[in-house]
Parts: sequence; structure tokens; C-alpha cells
Amino acid sequence: MTMIKALTRLLVAGVAAAYLHAAAPASAEEIAVKIGNFTFGPQELKVKAGTTVTWTNEDDIPHTVVSPSTFRSKVLDTDGKYSFTFTTPGSYKYFCSLHPHMTGTVIVEAQTGSAESGEQ
Amino acid sequence: MTEHDDGMNRRKVLECMTWAGTGVLWTITGGVPASLGIIDEAVAAPAKGFTFLQISDSHMGFDKPANPNVKGTLEEAIARVKTLPVKPSFMIHTGDISHLSKPSEFDDADQIISHAGLNVRYVPGEHDLLDEDQGKLYLDRYGRGTQGAGWYSFDDNGVHFIGLVNVVNLKAGGLGNLGNEQLEWLEDDLKGRSASQPMVVFAHIPLWSVYPEWGWGTEDSARALGYLKRFGSVTVLNGHIHQVMQKVEGNVTFHTARSTAFPQPAPGTAPSPGPIKVVDDKLRSMLGIACVTFKQNEQRLAIVDTPIQK
Repeated sequence: MTMIKALTRLLVAGVAAAYLHAAAPASAEEIAVKIGNFTFGPQELKVKAGTTVTWTNEDDIPHTVVSPSTFRSKVLDTDGKYSFTFTTPGSYKYFCSLHPHMTGTVIVEAQTGSAESGEQ
Repeated sequence: MTEHDDGMNRRKVLECMTWAGTGVLWTITGGVPASLGIIDEAVAAPAKGFTFLQISDSHMGFDKPANPNVKGTLEEAIARVKTLPVKPSFMIHTGDISHLSKPSEFDDADQIISHAGLNVRYVPGEHDLLDEDQGKLYLDRYGRGTQGAGWYSFDDNGVHFIGLVNVVNLKAGGLGNLGNEQLEWLEDDLKGRSASQPMVVFAHIPLWSVYPEWGWGTEDSARALGYLKRFGSVTVLNGHIHQVMQKVEGNVTFHTARSTAFPQPAPGTAPSPGPIKVVDDKLRSMLGIACVTFKQNEQRLAIVDTPIQK
């Protein structure tokens, strides 16, 4: 009897743990980058893998957010938004393809505890 | 402001509008055009030259406070063109026809500009290549007979005109870009031409370094200008910066035209190159067209910038 109880407890704990694990990405961080006065703010960003970054254009002139071979937004008119979820660690340089002097970087770090963390 | 028509009164504006008819000679010395007054000879023997027009940066579809009525101001600019006493040979548009490359924006521009009754030669601005296919829409409409992303050349009245595209494949941190393919084409296009043939080069982003901090320049323009070095008269016409700027370097005259849509700040005078909102009755003095007159045996072309309204 106690054996079954213990087993059940273990099972419940296991299910709960699995549930928590699955829920983690959904509650992952969301970070906003403002585009204003022809600059990205903040210009450099450090995020954990799984983070969604949303750019919002607050200028009266359209901009784009482009990281060659990774992502390319459509043109963002005033108040236009673009989101990208960074799943792979690395350094992502991006720019506005209309005004290439506008540049920014997103540095994506592995989730804590991950084997690829590289921060032992 | 570096605008050369500072302090110019209405009568002077009218004078420059009627340059070809009255023989008021405008010349460019040290980058500043100056009126040399009425020239008797010019009246006796009318200039054998010809005139063409430049308009730029119509930004159809822009509706922000700096100018909520860009169709209206383009219409006014075209109305100005129709008052010219001598019909220009043709018109060039140095890009940013549209604001967001929408078919309806190109339609509006075409419809209004057609009222000038002139042949129009286009080059794209970065705002004209924002469709899904990054420029297919522009090329379908304006690219007939052009090479690559839309560059081409033609001759008119003995002058060689070259339309260049410096708004594609822009690199992060960089400026306007012509690219190797276009530069090789240019070198080839100029081969065998007489050094005495006047050259007019036009492109959207300035082909000289106006203000790199705001991206106002072209990365590889030095190579293009190198190919043009041997020619006695080279005029470079650009848009993009929505204000008049001039520079003379040896045989090369650089000039940027006003927008017909909204003004932008002088380099470094604002936190960004974004549109400036001016009081309504000042707006039309900061928008306009450029009239370029070529006179045989004159090394430099006379360029007259005319605001929509003083």
C-alpha cells in the first residue's frame, strides 16, 4: 500500500515536473526593441535562447529589421511591429535595409543548465 | 541653411523660371549658382541649349504631420512645370516615387506626373523596392530597356545621360551601393566616348559623401567617378536628402534636388534625418523642382532650383 502511495507520489511529481518543463518555453521572456530617431534601442541586447524580441517602429519613416540569412521583416511603417524568436545561441547582427547605418545586435545565450551553455 | 536662394525675392524666382526665355544667365561658381544678369547677346542670339527637369522624392502614400497631402504638393510642382516658358526636353525622377512601393502609390504618382506632358526617366529610391520581391514591381513599371536593378544610359541633344541604381544590396553599417556588376557596365558604357561629350549622371542617394553618419553617401561612388574623370563636363544629380546641396570638384558638379513631399534637416542639425515639420505656410518653400539648362560650349550646366512657392 505504502509502496503504491509512494509510486503515485513519484508519478505525480514526475508529471508535474514534465508539465513545468513543457510550460517553460511558453513563459519565456519577451523583449521589446524600439526603433526611434533612426536607431535601435537598446542597440545591443543579451537574451536567453527561446526569447522573443519584438521591434516597434516609432519613426515617421518606414524601417526594416534584417539579419542576413536569419530573419528579414517586411517593411514596418509607423507603429509597425516585427517579432522573432531566438532559439539558437549566438550573436545576431541586424540592420535596417533602407537605412543601413542603423545597426543592432542580439546576443543569444543558452538556457541555464543546458549542455551547450559553454559557460562552465 | 546652405540653400543658395536664401534671400531671393519673388521677382528673382520668376527670372530663374524664365531663364531660357529671357537670357538671364545662371552659372555655378564655387558651388554657388549666381545670376549674371540679363545678357544682351543672349537676347540677340537665343541660347542653342536645351532644358530638362529634375523632380525627386514624391513619396506618394506618406501621410505624417510633416505633410499630410503629398499628392497635393506633387500636383503643385507639376503645375509649376507647366508654366515654364520653354518646354523642357524631358524630365528625370531621382527616386522615392512611392513611400511604401504600393501599386496604388505608383498609380497616383504616374497619374499626377503625366500631366506635365513630358517623357520621364526614372531611377529607384529605397522606398520603391519594398514590395515582396524587392523591386519587381518597380522594374515591371519603370524598368523597360534597363539593365540589372534598373540602370541605363541614353543620349539627348548630344549629352550622355546615365541613370544609376545605388539602393539595392545595401550592407549593414554601409552607405548607398552601386555594386560590381553596375560599375563594370558603367566602365563599358563610357568606353570610346569622346572626352568632350557632356555627362549627366543621376541616382537616388548622393554620389558624394554628404553626411555618412546619416548614410548620405555611396560606398563605391569613387570608382564610378574615376571612370568619369576624363570627361570635361560631368554633372551628378541626386535626391534622397530632401534639400538642395551643391559641390564642385574639378570638372564634376554635384547637386541634390528638393523633395516634392517633405523637407529633411540639414546634416547634423537634428537627432535623425527624419522628416521635419515646419509651419504650414513655410512647407512649400522647402519643396520644389530643379531645372537644368545645358548650353553649348558652357562647361557647366546651369541648375536652377525652384520652390513650389516662395
